[in-house]
Amino acid sequence: MRYAMAIDTAKCVGCGDCVVACQTENNVPVGYCRDWIVENVSGSYPNVEIELRSERCNHCDNAPCVRCCPTGASHIVEGGIVKVTHNECIGCGACIESCPYDARYSHPDGYVDKCTFCDHRLAKGQSTACVSVCPTSCLYFGDLEDPNSEVSKALKNRSWKVLAPEAGTKPQLYFLT
Amino acid sequence: MKEELFVSGRHIPNIDPYLSIWHWEIPVYLFLGGLAAGIMFFAGLFLVLGREKEMETTVKRAPFLVPFALVLGLLALFLDLKHQLYFWRLYTTIRIESPMSWGAWTLMLITPLSIVWAAGYIKEAIPGWDWRFGILKQFEALVIKYRKHLAWAMMGLSLILGVYTGILLSAFNARPLWNTSILGPLFLVSGLSTGLALTMWMSKSHSERKLLSKIDIVLIGVELFLIIHLLMGFLAAGMVQVEAAQLFLGGEFTVSFWVFVIIMGLAFPVTLEILELFGYKIPIWIPSLLILFGGLMFRMIMVEAGQITRFLY
Ligand code: SF4
Ligand code: SF4
Repeated sequence: MRYAMAIDTAKCVGCGDCVVACQTENNVPVGYCRDWIVENVSGSYPNVEIELRSERCNHCDNAPCVRCCPTGASHIVEGGIVKVTHNECIGCGACIESCPYDARYSHPDGYVDKCTFCDHRLAKGQSTACVSVCPTSCLYFGDLEDPNSEVSKALKNRSWKVLAPEAGTKPQLYFLT
Repeated sequence: MKEELFVSGRHIPNIDPYLSIWHWEIPVYLFLGGLAAGIMFFAGLFLVLGREKEMETTVKRAPFLVPFALVLGLLALFLDLKHQLYFWRLYTTIRIESPMSWGAWTLMLITPLSIVWAAGYIKEAIPGWDWRFGILKQFEALVIKYRKHLAWAMMGLSLILGVYTGILLSAFNARPLWNTSILGPLFLVSGLSTGLALTMWMSKSHSERKLLSKIDIVLIGVELFLIIHLLMGFLAAGMVQVEAAQLFLGGEFTVSFWVFVIIMGLAFPVTLEILELFGYKIPIWIPSLLILFGGLMFRMIMVEAGQITRFLY
């Protein structure tokens, strides 16, 4: 099993519902977030283009954050989800430094926190919080190894890119262009 | 084409707009580690060479500072942790892939070794010292008997420690300024040089100082060469590395890097050391202090600047 997410940058309107849904679902402290919206504006007027991206941890296949963790608190679970065990984390910050996407943050309680692909919801057969609220349905989640999953189907018919592939992390967020 | 990035709704403390997770603690930890490695390496070296008589400070005196430097370094590391109650977790696992892990373990090995080394010389340093317990006396005799072996172990471990202070940073692929294999040797050489600077400062023997200062001149030469190499390597690499180098070549850290590290920390003290060799009288504390200051500033600047550099996407 290999969980992944596809994000349709043409359909995303940048409303930020996914951000709020995640904060509520996961009790993220005020001022912090596990997912966020990036607006990438390119060109000069009148030929301006805008790309909207809902970003979060890429649950990298080759995760530098897991490799550099001195305690093993950062680890990979079923389906390739990268997680942090809070009471094993010493808060050294190495994993935050190692992430090319700045997807991790230091929780006010001391440990490091990040997106979990809502694995507590997946266990109940639900989808992630962000996917389930997106009003434009521009987020697709599922198992890449299953050709009939939402994410596999989305990737089959569209062109896509991943962020900073040159960082060598094998990221698992696919941005449909 | 002009490109602009906005990240809406993200102002996470210490992450946005620039990463700033590591502050003064990690650079101090790296500095003290390098300093300790420098003192220990030369203590071991001159003992193995059988020159502990002429190089008394190097072999017998300066190493007394090492346990303090290492413990203070570990304390700085501890202060950097944000989940301090779980500190012990560092020592319930060994994770070879994590520099933070094997560095912490290296310190765990080298700290007792440095205490044992110093204990072997305490009688010579403090006349009339009494260990009180027979077992400690036996232990001391053992330390003295196997001093040469200890010296070899110390040299090996101090080289690992010195290189580690660079690898801790260079292992981060995500921070282009750090992600260069030159950082390991560079921090090692810089650490050895700071160790020599402190030893020279403590030494009262003219001939000892002269020899140490000759070695130091070579080390600083190598260090300057490695720094030029580092910048050239960046400039010849990809966009993100070029931008990293530009932080020092016209960017935000230009003044602090060239003034504090290159001029005050390396070029000026090495000039003083060379003048001294030619017979000019220069108070030793001036070059020593400058070298120590430069070493600390170098690590401060590298840690802070490195966190600003990142991949673009
Ligand atoms: S995006 Fe960052 S935090 Fe997530 S797995 Fe990749 S390196 Fe780790
Ligand atoms: S901050 Fe926690 S999860 Fe991150 S590397 Fe350190 S111990 Fe591991």
